Amino acid sequence: MLRSVESLFEASRPGRIGYSLPKLDVPAVSAQNFLGVMARAQAPRLPEMAEVDVVRHFTRLSHLNFSVDEGFYPLGSCTMKYNPKINEAAVRLPGFARVHPLQPESSVQGALSLIYDLSAMLAEITGMSAVTLQPAAGAHGEQTGLMLIKKYHEDRGDLKRTKIIVPDSAHGTNPASATVTGFEPVAVPSDKDGMVDLNELAKLMDDTVAGLMLTNPNTLGIFEKNILELTDMIHKAGGLCYYDGANANAIVGQVRPGDMGFDVLHLNLHKTFSTPHGGGGPGAGAVGVNEKLLPYLPMPIVAYKNGVYTLETKTEHPKSIGSVRSFYGNFGVLVRAYAYIRSLGADGLKEVSDIAVLNANYLAAKIRKFYPLAVTGFCKHEFVADGSELKHETGVSTMDVAKALIDAGYHPPTTYFPLIVHEALMIEPTETESKETLDGFIDALQKIVEEAKAKGAEEFHSKPHSTVIARPDETEAARHPVLRWQF
Amino acid sequence: MEVSYFMSQYIPNTEADRRAMLDAIGVASIDELFSDIPAQVRLAKALDLPEALSEPELARHLRELSGKNRNLDELTCFLGAGSYDHFIPAAVDTIISRGEFATSYTPYQPEVAQGTLQAIFEYQTMVCELTGMEVSNASMYDGATAAAEAMVIAAAETRRERLLVACSVNPETLRVLGTYCWSRGYELTVLPCKNGLLDRAALTAELAKGDVAALLLQTPSFFGVVEDLTGVADELHAAKALLIVSTDLLALGCLKAPGELGADVVVGDGQSVGNSVSFGGPAFGFMAVTKKLMRKMPGRIVGQTKDAQGRTCYVLTLQAREQHIRREKATSNICSNQNLCIVAASVYLSLMGPQGLREIDEQILAKTVYAVDALVKTGKFRAAFAGAPAFREVVLICDEPVASLNARLLEAGILGGLDLSKSHPELGNAWLLAVTEQRTKEEIDRLVSIAAGGDR
Repeated sequence: MLRSVESLFEASRPGRIGYSLPKLDVPAVSAQNFLGVMARAQAPRLPEMAEVDVVRHFTRLSHLNFSVDEGFYPLGSCTMKYNPKINEAAVRLPGFARVHPLQPESSVQGALSLIYDLSAMLAEITGMSAVTLQPAAGAHGEQTGLMLIKKYHEDRGDLKRTKIIVPDSAHGTNPASATVTGFEPVAVPSDKDGMVDLNELAKLMDDTVAGLMLTNPNTLGIFEKNILELTDMIHKAGGLCYYDGANANAIVGQVRPGDMGFDVLHLNLHKTFSTPHGGGGPGAGAVGVNEKLLPYLPMPIVAYKNGVYTLETKTEHPKSIGSVRSFYGNFGVLVRAYAYIRSLGADGLKEVSDIAVLNANYLAAKIRKFYPLAVTGFCKHEFVADGSELKHETGVSTMDVAKALIDAGYHPPTTYFPLIVHEALMIEPTETESKETLDGFIDALQKIVEEAKAKGAEEFHSKPHSTVIARPDETEAARHPVLRWQF
Repeated sequence: MEVSYFMSQYIPNTEADRRAMLDAIGVASIDELFSDIPAQVRLAKALDLPEALSEPELARHLRELSGKNRNLDELTCFLGAGSYDHFIPAAVDTIISRGEFATSYTPYQPEVAQGTLQAIFEYQTMVCELTGMEVSNASMYDGATAAAEAMVIAAAETRRERLLVACSVNPETLRVLGTYCWSRGYELTVLPCKNGLLDRAALTAELAKGDVAALLLQTPSFFGVVEDLTGVADELHAAKALLIVSTDLLALGCLKAPGELGADVVVGDGQSVGNSVSFGGPAFGFMAVTKKLMRKMPGRIVGQTKDAQGRTCYVLTLQAREQHIRREKATSNICSNQNLCIVAASVYLSLMGPQGLREIDEQILAKTVYAVDALVKTGKFRAAFAGAPAFREVVLICDEPVASLNARLLEAGILGGLDLSKSHPELGNAWLLAVTEQRTKEEIDRLVSIAAGGDR
C-alpha cells in the first residue's frame, strides 16, 4: 500500500540508537578537551532511531519511486534500459569495493587492467584513439572535452578561437558546458527537418570558431544526414568537432563518431552501457579523443608496459589539462560498464542498437496513427510526439498526458523537450523492452487520447490518482524555498 | 534454437516479435532503419572486442580480476589521504541495493519519485545540521569538484577572479582546482603553511591587494590538522572575500560547525559516511551555503511544498539556476548529483545519529593519539606538526625512507600511510598515517612493532 512517509526528524526519539561499536581498547580521549575551541558544543540534530526504524523508513520511501525494475520507463534521452544484476554483484566484490585508490600499483593490477581495458574497448566502439574515464557524469564529460579543445587551440597559440557552435535543438547542458569552460556558445538553427541548417552554419564559419558540439542522433531522434559535411566544414574553418554521445545507444556497433570526423566525444556509461541511474547518479562520462587531443588528456593515465599496469602523471604527459576529478573517476560505475560490454561482445552491442532502433520505430509507426510526430521518416533510438493538436482540440496538455500515463502504470516520457517542439513528448523505449510491453504502452496512450477527445480536459487536471501526491505546487516551492526540515 | 541474431538475456524480443514489428513499420529488415547513415562510414565489419561471456563465465572472470587487487579485508589499512576505511553497517547496502533507488532516474516527475525527493530533502537537512549552514544542495561529483564549484560561486558573488587556497588542501583537490581555474581564466594562489597550519600573515598580505574572491581552507587538513578558524572569516569578510571551508561530514560529529565560524560555503567529500573506498569512487561531494548564496549554488536542490490537495510533498526547486532552463546562463552545467551515494550517507547518518557519530569520532581521536604516541616512543618517528590537534590523520617524520618502511609493512599485510616525500619534499621522510575507528589496539601495536623494525 502506498502512503506518505513520516520524516526522519519526526520519527526520531531521544536516546534511541541504530549502531553498535566495539569497546574502546585504547585510553579514551575527550573531544572537548582535545579539540579545545574547535570542539563542537551543540550536537547536530541527526535522527535517533533503531535500525528497524531506519530500514523501514527508507524501504517505505523506496515504494514511492517508479523504477526500471518495476516497469516501462520510456524517458526520452535518458536511455532507461534494464540494468543487469550480475554487474551489481560485481561491484560488491571486496576486490573492487574494498580497494583503496592510493594502494601501491602492484596491489591494484586488477583494477588498473579493468580501467585500461574498458578505455580500449570504448575507443574501439567509438573509433577514437584513447578514452579517459575520469569524468563523473555526462555534463562533466562535456566540460572535460571542451577543456581539451581549449587546450589544443591554446597549445597552438591560436588564442582567438572563443566560440563553440551548438545547434538550437541541443540539450541545455551543451551551451552551459561551453560557458563554464570559458567559451561563448553560439546557437545554429535547425531546418524544417530538425537537422542543423547547413547554410546558417556556413555563415558562422570564421577563425573565432573553436568547435562544434553535435548531439547525434539529435534530440528529435534523427541522424544528421549531412554529418560528414558538418565535420568537414568545421575542420576547414580550423575548429574541432565534439560528438555528444548521450544518444549512443542508437549507433553502437553501427557507425563510429571517429570515422565521421569527430575529434572528441563523451559517452554516458549510465545510459548506453547500462549502469543504473541511481535516482540521478552516480554516472560516468567517458571522453574519447583522436590523435590531435591525445597529449592533453586528464591524468593520471593508466599505461601498460611489459605486463605491468602503471599510473602516469605530469612527468609522462606534460601537456595534460590536469585532473577533472579526484583519483580515477567513478570506478564502481566503470566496473558495471566493463561487465556489460564483456557480456555482450561486438555482436551483442550491435544487437542493442538494432533492437533499440527497431523498438523506437515500431512505437513511432503505431503511435503516429493517433498522435502526430514531430518529424517524418525513420527515427533512431527515440522520437518526439507533438501534443500541440491534442491540446488545441481538447485542452489536454502534454503534462496531462504524462500524468495520465502514470495512472496507467508507466513512467511518463520526457515532456517539453526538445524546446523546438512546443508540446513535446519524447519517447525512448530502449532494447530491453518486449513487444508486449510496447503494445501495452501504445494502448494506454491511445486510450488517453480517446478519453481526452471524449471527455475534455477537466477529467485530466487532477491526475494522477494512483500516487501519494499529485500536481505539487512548484511555483510556491521556488518562491518560498523550504530546503531543509524545520525543527 | 537457431536464430540469425545474437541472443541476449537482456533483450526479450524473439524472431517472431521482430518480424511482426518490421511488418508494422513497413520495412523488410532492421538494416533499412539505418539507411540514413552515410554508407561510406557505416561499419562494414564487427567491432574488435573480446568474445561475449555467459553470466557464469563473466562471474568467474570478474572474481578473478578482482582477486588481482589486494583488498582491505585482507590488508590492515593505515592509508587515508582522502579515502577512508570506515565501517559501513549492513543496512546501508540493503537500502541502496533496492531497485527503486538504484534503477530510477532523476526525480523529474515528482508524483513517481517522492522516495528519492524526500531522501534528498532529509540529506540536505543533515548536511545543514552538520555544517551549520542554511542551504545544502543534493550533492556534487566529489569533494574536489565541489571545491572547484565553490570557487566559481565566490568569483560570481565577488566579481573577482583571484582565489586563495591553503597549501594544506588535499593535492587531489588542488589539482582539480588548477584545471578548473585554468579553464575559467581564474588566478589561483597557493598560500604557504606554517607548522601545518595556514600562514595567517601570508593571508593578510594577499588580502591587502584587494582582489581576492575567496580563501579555500581544509579542516581537518590533508595533514590531519584541525585548523583554528577563529577570526579567519572576519578577516576575509573585511576584505569583501568569502571563506570556503572544505571539511569532512564524519569529523563534524565532534568539530565545531564551519557555519558557526562564519563560513560562506562549506564543501567536502562524503565518502567517509557510508560509502566504500571503491578505488576512489563513486562517493559524493557535499556543498552547503548561506541563504545569501542559495541562488548561485550549482546542482539540484529539493524543496518542500504542497500538492493540489494540500498534502506535503517534495520537488526539485530553484531550477531557474539550472542548465535545462537557463542554458548558457546557468550557474553551472551540472545535471547529475551522486544520488545513490547520498542515500547511503543518509542511511548511515540515520543509523549513527548524533551519539554514534560522536562515539566514532572519539574512538578515532583516541586511536590516533595512541598510535602516534606509540610510534614516537620507539624513537624512530616524530610528529611533524605536534602543536595542533589532529583528526584521523597525522604526518610522521621517519628515520628511514617511507618507501622501504611501507614495503616492509605491506609484506606483513599492512597498508602503510601515504609517502609524502614526492608531493611534499620539504618535509623529508614524511608519512601520512590514517587511523580510523576500524583499527584495533592489536593492529596498531603490530604496526608500531614492524614500523620500528622489530619482529612481527
